[in-house]
Amino acid sequence: MEVILAIVIGGLYAAGIYMLLRRSLVKLLLGLGLISHAANLLIFTAARLTRAASPIIPVSEEAFPASYADPLPQALILTAIVISFGVIAFALALSYRTYKIAGSDDLDKMRETKE
Amino acid sequence: MNILLPLPIIIPLLTGIVALLAYRSRTAQRWLNVTGSTALLIATIFLLIGVERNGIYAVQIAGWLAPYGITLVADLLSAIMLVLVGIIGLAVAIFSLADIEPADETFGFHQLYQFLLMGVCGAFLTGDLFNLYVWFEVMLMASFVLLALGGDHGQMQGALKYVTINLVSSAIFLAALGLLYGTVGTLNMADVADKFSKELSAQESGLINTLAILFLIAFGIKAAIFPLFFWLPDSYHTPSVSVSAVFSGLLTKVGVYALIRVFTLVFVQDMDLIHNLILIIAGLTMVTGVLGAASQMEFRRVLSFHIISQIGFMIMGLGLFTPIALAGSVFYIVHHIIVKSNLFLISGVVKHMYGTLKLKEIGGLYKRMPILGILFLVVALSLAGFPPLSGFFAKFGLIREGLVQESYFIVFVSLVVGLLTLFSMIKIWNEVFWKELPEHVDIPTSAMNQAGLKILFAPIVVLAFITILIGLGASPIFDLALRAGEQLLNPSIYIRAVLGDSP
Repeated sequence: MEVILAIVIGGLYAAGIYMLLRRSLVKLLLGLGLISHAANLLIFTAARLTRAASPIIPVSEEAFPASYADPLPQALILTAIVISFGVIAFALALSYRTYKIAGSDDLDKMRETKE
Repeated sequence: MNILLPLPIIIPLLTGIVALLAYRSRTAQRWLNVTGSTALLIATIFLLIGVERNGIYAVQIAGWLAPYGITLVADLLSAIMLVLVGIIGLAVAIFSLADIEPADETFGFHQLYQFLLMGVCGAFLTGDLFNLYVWFEVMLMASFVLLALGGDHGQMQGALKYVTINLVSSAIFLAALGLLYGTVGTLNMADVADKFSKELSAQESGLINTLAILFLIAFGIKAAIFPLFFWLPDSYHTPSVSVSAVFSGLLTKVGVYALIRVFTLVFVQDMDLIHNLILIIAGLTMVTGVLGAASQMEFRRVLSFHIISQIGFMIMGLGLFTPIALAGSVFYIVHHIIVKSNLFLISGVVKHMYGTLKLKEIGGLYKRMPILGILFLVVALSLAGFPPLSGFFAKFGLIREGLVQESYFIVFVSLVVGLLTLFSMIKIWNEVFWKELPEHVDIPTSAMNQAGLKILFAPIVVLAFITILIGLGASPIFDLALRAGEQLLNPSIYIRAVLGDSP
């Protein structure tokens, strides 16, 4: 399972960086999205995968069973997803405004930030 | 539980929320912004006094013990940074009263400004790496909107670059966090440091070096070190002057703070490679920044490139890694934040007088405003490092320690960079204040009334006064910085303050 996820993460990073390097604004945003997904999956995988062992203490016991999945990485990922959702939404609005003002979605034509 | 510790986060949060509720009244928002910033300054000063007397403060929010709960920690470095946030926060809040366009105010400048301060304070206070990420995002979100507020062509492009590069940096930071969690199973900084110092095996050192480099890149983008600084001069000159003044003072310094924190607390074993790398980067950062500044002919772009060059000085102390060198870095940060924000504020007055900041279209300001000329000279010479102003002592500490450590090359580089800084500052002085107004330019009529000018001048005068004060009273401040440096180099004090005596 780790191997498959590692390949997926690598693919996501590669695709994300490729998209970031394109000239189109929309592809830039897609690239940002892909990279943040890759990072989330990386947290998930690096924190070890445990299958079919939820971190719940049974009613009859007083401590965790011998093997249980660590819930913290999932909490971290959830936070990161919420943050990246907000930020990407903002970036979408920003790039739409930029497109409207600049009249183009080609990043090569946006070199003039000098006043 | 120490009530002072969460205050720098709570005050801006509450002020921002109340200002949101008062969105109908511009006057109320303006008063709230200034009142909130004043309260923040007072709270941070009390916090610094407390930390200075009683040692490191640590609070576990809601009583969940570290490393499980949310930890807030203030050591001397954090407390010093917080006071600087307070000073710059208040100064720029007052400046913005006369500087910000009414349209931007109705779009939420004051609220965003408070949320930005909250994010910065949170980043300085947190004791947990994941929380650091969250505070970074809080700060970035506010800064994104502030940067785009107003929405002209240049601003949009600047904001787009700034947003993209910062999101990439956040993604790298997040990936580093994931790998770190996979390695040690905790993200509380004190706990990570504790585990690294106890359970470090040889085969893991490769992984730890990789992690260190990932953190260096992630924070390096935020701090604008070489070669990751390109976003900064492309965006900092586009928003209104108040916004770029607070950005220049605080945002990159959060990156520097994070670098210092992580590389003095978490990654401390076997780090010769990283320290040498940081020294090389420091030298390159200084040189590229100052050369970039020399080629610019726009007031704020010159200043933006100088931020980069001075980031080099700050991380030079981290690269040398001795108590005095770190004290030099801390002192440099103190000096830089005050001086650099003030230079941006001065550029704001120039912009109000002439309507532009292109050096070719400005001139003869000394005749019209001799006081501003003198204030600029004081601040600019301090930046270049003239005794007895604050910049001299900041550089003196670093360069002396560089000589003691026999890192002659970086000392040579920093001295040359000091000279080039003087060159750029004199260029601004000549173009803006000394030369006659170019003939094809009409003598501009300022729309600003006298009362507005007084509001613009008040924070500039106070900050210039603080610059002189830091210079004249360098010894107690350097002592404080030295104690901060010693505290940084003894991570065990920090670890014990967070985890308690029996980890």
